[in-house]
Amino acid sequence: MIDVASINQTGSGIRLPNFCNLGVMLRSLVIANLFVLAAATLKAANVQRVGAEFMVLAAFCEPVLIASLVALCAARRWLHRLPYVVSLAIIAAFEIALAWGVYHLGAGLALAGAMSLAQLAFLTLFVTGCLIAYFDLRSRALAPAVAEARIQALQARIRPHFLYNSINAVLSLMRSDPRRAERALEDMADLFRVLMADNRTLAPIADEVRLARQYLAIESLRLGERLRVTWRTEGMPGDALVPPLVLQPLVENAVYHGIEPLEAGGEIQIEVGRAGEDLVMSLRNPYQGASNHPGGNRMALQNIRERLQLHFDAEASMLAEVSGGEYRVTIRLPYMTAPA
Amino acid sequence: MSLAAAETPRILIADDEGPARARLRDLLDEVRGEFPLAIVDEARNGREVLDVLNREKVDIVLLDIRMPDMDGMEAARHIAGMEHPPAIIFTTAFDSYALKAFEVNAIDYLLKPIRLERLLTALGKTRAAPPVSREALDAAANQPRKHLSVHERGKIHLVAVGEILYLRAELKYVTVRTESREYLVEESLTRLEEEFGDAFVRIHRNCLVARAAIGGFERNAEDGESGWNVVIKATGEKLAVSRRQQHVVKQFR
Repeated sequence: MIDVASINQTGSGIRLPNFCNLGVMLRSLVIANLFVLAAATLKAANVQRVGAEFMVLAAFCEPVLIASLVALCAARRWLHRLPYVVSLAIIAAFEIALAWGVYHLGAGLALAGAMSLAQLAFLTLFVTGCLIAYFDLRSRALAPAVAEARIQALQARIRPHFLYNSINAVLSLMRSDPRRAERALEDMADLFRVLMADNRTLAPIADEVRLARQYLAIESLRLGERLRVTWRTEGMPGDALVPPLVLQPLVENAVYHGIEPLEAGGEIQIEVGRAGEDLVMSLRNPYQGASNHPGGNRMALQNIRERLQLHFDAEASMLAEVSGGEYRVTIRLPYMTAPA
Repeated sequence: MSLAAAETPRILIADDEGPARARLRDLLDEVRGEFPLAIVDEARNGREVLDVLNREKVDIVLLDIRMPDMDGMEAARHIAGMEHPPAIIFTTAFDSYALKAFEVNAIDYLLKPIRLERLLTALGKTRAAPPVSREALDAAANQPRKHLSVHERGKIHLVAVGEILYLRAELKYVTVRTESREYLVEESLTRLEEEFGDAFVRIHRNCLVARAAIGGFERNAEDGESGWNVVIKATGEKLAVSRRQQHVVKQFR
């Protein structure tokens, strides 16, 4: 597994957020503007003036804010490599310089007098400080969740039904087809290695696809011709990073809820590819309405959804739908690779 | 046929997974020394189990709980209605709901992978223990059956619940009406209502009508009192709605 931390939480020592993440940007914009609104409210002589004051302040603050976000996103990797305190000092110096630049630009546009340079600089530093403190706190708050993600991944994955049935299938092969039994045990060992591993870090999609294939190989021992699988992975960028065990649980669901209840079996279709800046995975299986085993399905989906959110915030999505006797899950997440 | 041969238990293996059936066969071959037996056949779902039972004499069914089409639970409930039901040994890899229900209702089961000794013990028990009761099975089941079973001359005949137009209680039996014919089943109307309450509506103390079978309602002209009749779409039959169930008519109009 490649040693790259999840993109929201950048390792243990560094606590700067990933400024390029959509969720981080949105949160920054909202919080900073709330501060500007608060400042405008305090500054305004009466309630009717709040809007006007906000507009004047915004004329100064928004350029600073947007320029900051763009610059921090661009300098993200470099900043993350520096010690935390140094990177904070650099950000503070940069923000003051930015405030100074915008103030003089604004003064040229006849907005002078709305606020002093000292006021703008203070507001800028104050908001920056608050945001960084907020993201630091948030990542600390989420850190246990990341640790828990591993346990969750573990718990959600070992479906006892699968484990015991597979062992039973292997036992049955021991006498009649020892070679197949061997291969099946090897596949199971690989599968459980990943299940037991530390799954906090992202892993290449190619690994995840291999794992799903091994899982399906074990299941086809039991189900034989009832289990048919079509893979479409021609357009798959194998190096794309995904949370481990994002695909296999979905495949397991498809077998358990889609194929096993069918006397004649059915087909699972799995597609992995790129769509613009995103990695898209979709999985389809026949679905006969109310399964006689409710519960399990939603739990696995919820688990994956939480982990996607933990790693990618608002930039990843998962959609599950049932239509025309078919169940379909689509996961979309930003295409990113391990740093070289 | 010698007496010993006649007493050799005849076993049916039921599991949807080929390897699981093969494993059971291997194990049964091994216990043969201590527990003489004959393997009658294999079945891949509950329906096939009932087919085999209709054809052959079977003493013990090794019945997997989770199977497609008709699961082991439903098959067992139909089997329990037979005059001379075979002993059932449930098998399962894991099914938290079923296992809990089995414990509560004191129904025995074998966990897969099945051990030789456990299998032997379970087989031995079938000689002495009474068959699992219908009540225990009903209580352990977590979903309604898809069929009712009619037991005629030792054969099990299945009537799909979806084909039933109405159910009418008569003395100790319930008449099951489908489009083509009528059957008698040994069930209680109250229990049927509990089990299939979503698909049926009670129109009379002694009658449940399938919601999907209702074609319409007519004024009951014969009585002097103003009552209603349910008209069955498929057959045109008219069934009286009792005074106490008049509110049902409003639901549909």
